[in-house]
Amino acid sequence: MTACDGCLRRTDLVAQLAPHVERGGRDRRRLGELLSLPDARLVDALAGERRAAVLHAYETFDAARARARLAAASMHAVCRHDTRYPPRMLDAGDAPAVLHVAGDVERLLVLADRDAPAVAVVGARRAGADGIEVARGLGRGLAAAGVTVISGMALGIDAAAHVGALEAGGPTITVLAGGADVAYPASKRGLHRELVRTQAAISEMPPGFKPYRWCFPARNRTIAGLASLTIVVEATERSGSLITADLAQELGRAVGAVPGPVTASRCTGSNALLRDGAFVIRDAQDALDEVLGIGVATAITGRRSDELAPPLRELLRLVEDGRDTVSSLAATPGEAQHAMAGLAELEMLGFLRRGPGGHYVRVP
Amino acid sequence: MLAHVTTFALDGLSSRRITVEVDLRRGLPAFTIVGRGDAAVRESRERVQTALINAGFGFPQRRITVNLAPAHLRKVGPGFDLATACGVLVASQQLAPSGLERWAVFGELGLGGELRHCRGVLTVAEGARSAGIAGLIVPRECAREAALVEGLTVAGVASLSAVAAILRGEPAPELPPAAPPKAPVPEPDLADVRGHADAVRAITIAAAGAHNILLSGPPGTGKTMLARRAISVLPPLTREEAIAVTRIHSITGSHVGDGLIEQRPFRAPHHTISPAGLVGGGRLPAPGEASLAHHGILFLDELSEFSRPALESLRQPLEDGVVAIVRGQSTVTFPTRFQLVASTNPCPCGHAGEKRCRCSEADVARHRRKLSGPLLDRMDLLVHMPRPRPGELENGRTTPSHEVLAEVLAARERQAHRLAGVGLTTNAELTPQLVRELVRPDAAAQRVLRDAYAQGRLSARGHGRILRVARTIADLAASDRVRAAHVREALILRKDDVLDGAVAA
Repeated sequence: MTACDGCLRRTDLVAQLAPHVERGGRDRRRLGELLSLPDARLVDALAGERRAAVLHAYETFDAARARARLAAASMHAVCRHDTRYPPRMLDAGDAPAVLHVAGDVERLLVLADRDAPAVAVVGARRAGADGIEVARGLGRGLAAAGVTVISGMALGIDAAAHVGALEAGGPTITVLAGGADVAYPASKRGLHRELVRTQAAISEMPPGFKPYRWCFPARNRTIAGLASLTIVVEATERSGSLITADLAQELGRAVGAVPGPVTASRCTGSNALLRDGAFVIRDAQDALDEVLGIGVATAITGRRSDELAPPLRELLRLVEDGRDTVSSLAATPGEAQHAMAGLAELEMLGFLRRGPGGHYVRVP
Repeated sequence: MLAHVTTFALDGLSSRRITVEVDLRRGLPAFTIVGRGDAAVRESRERVQTALINAGFGFPQRRITVNLAPAHLRKVGPGFDLATACGVLVASQQLAPSGLERWAVFGELGLGGELRHCRGVLTVAEGARSAGIAGLIVPRECAREAALVEGLTVAGVASLSAVAAILRGEPAPELPPAAPPKAPVPEPDLADVRGHADAVRAITIAAAGAHNILLSGPPGTGKTMLARRAISVLPPLTREEAIAVTRIHSITGSHVGDGLIEQRPFRAPHHTISPAGLVGGGRLPAPGEASLAHHGILFLDELSEFSRPALESLRQPLEDGVVAIVRGQSTVTFPTRFQLVASTNPCPCGHAGEKRCRCSEADVARHRRKLSGPLLDRMDLLVHMPRPRPGELENGRTTPSHEVLAEVLAARERQAHRLAGVGLTTNAELTPQLVRELVRPDAAAQRVLRDAYAQGRLSARGHGRILRVARTIADLAASDRVRAAHVREALILRKDDVLDGAVAA
């Protein structure tokens, strides 16, 4: 499966001009305008002194070689002129010419149906343990109901959403700013490997491409374009996830946000979205009701606490009420012994997870 | 005339027999010492000459040559003063040589002829005994230390004239009486720790099984305070252990004088320490903190602040219980069987898991990477000490050390009984094979372990660690089988391994 020559040439041109975009287009609107320019005008706008070299590369572009490189990296390419290109993406004038896919291309082809549900879960890189847990729960619940989870594999919320979806066996798609075969950030290479093995990583940039800064907001437009609903889990007022939410709104897509404490600075951006009318998303069920219609699908929830033996139920209630460390649950070493055994049992049963600093977090 | 005096030179943690040869002959007055001595040995000439005169002896106006044999061995310190002085007395016929056949001498001289305290007297006494020497004359302050060696007559004397008296055949003075027991220094007690019941429990488990333990928490939650109290719940030193501890501390000069060290050492080196400071080294190898903590606790506060080379250098001591330092042709080994207690912040700012934490996932990952490595592999227990919630401290009860110690002693006895056949004493020393043979989890416990492994909460390496700790918990509970509850508790005290890495995968 591959793309047409023109689209591959466009991709190559954008990659060639990438360093110039970095100088020119820090402003998001300008970035959108730039990326919607036809090839010749794009060269005019950006190439400057390197015009001749860029044009030469453009004119001598060898599509066969580009295809060979894709094949060598075991990747697929789907271009704008292909019927299998996700039609929702075309709502945006600056939609990428080619989507390069590493991994299972079927994950992308599912979205060739305009009404196929897909939910983007995005948020802060510096997220709290709660936020991470919520994102993970959303990923798990949505994927278990068969809804594709889309995110960007960034630290924090994005990665947690993917991890949750993987826990449910997918489907999930990660949209990368660099080449789809490049794990970015590098610390997520394990997650990237797993996503490529069983799911899909996509990017508009050619294989092996190292991302520039402008590639991240550009990537966000792909996330927003692919999803029918974009959920922001935790975001400060300056967060890149708000760009994704903005772009989704401009495309007329639904935007939701997970409410956070009003005093928490890491949630100011997501809370502001809610005030501006974004859907309130508390869990996977809220998101499913939004994308599929109320009551169409029931989110698979963890085991219910009323099945637990009374002492464990009591322990779980205490943790939920904020006594989330062993030392806050036990006054003597003897009590600590029992609290620890109980916490381990709840952890194994999937009710709790140990977060950073020894604080236990309720799994949604 | 030529005189021979026997003394000893320190070489690592043992001592070598040295013969001090003193020769007097006609010629311009001169006083030369040969035999690879250091600066202290060269300066010895001035001390010996002045001390002899001030003690009322004559100093021969002859050409005096002193040789410390064997000459290939490097000789360090002022301990040869006394042997040199005795040699001069005999060579100048102020003293008969017969006394020196029976006695070896060791000590530093003051200018007034008094004998001063010296490092390593215990080691010298051990050398004297194994060399088959009948008696050893040492400074009076060190006499009780030397007398720890059985089968050796020890004379503790205060001055050069007293040494001469003994060498003339007068009876050696009685050993000085043991110093009156000092008013017992109130040892820090676990009862001072409020709240943190789980950390107290973890310290109990660590003490019972001799497990290394890592305390993680924000600054000011009492990690250091707790670590300092870990000593108070360890079993008392056996005599053999106490002698080993005394030997090391005597050599480094950190133990002055009076007999046996009976308290387990607690060493808390600063994080700027060099690898040589930590495990020993120097041109003439001296024991480092790891050896000074032998049979006690080595506490590394703020583990991530220590230099990588310093932490790496602890690998061999942790694994083998000894460290070998190679210098040229010679190798010196120092024992390093300590329990490691370390503390760390959970993230660079220290407030992980709280609202105020400003660290990104990448910061935390970097922090974790700094900690990981050989050292973390040797840690059996991790306990989180988060900031207490309001009211937690007021309601927290305290546990006095003696109660915990009783539990620890009982658990140690069970271990010693079980491990008697394999030559070990504590669960922490169990090899993977012995874990399989001797830790017997019952069916329910095995199920818990299997589930934890299947859920990715345990690595293969973590599996053995959990079993060792669970075995100790079972010993504390006086249970022959390891039960599900024991494994669960051990799981909570596991290190963040596979699971917590998952989101960061």
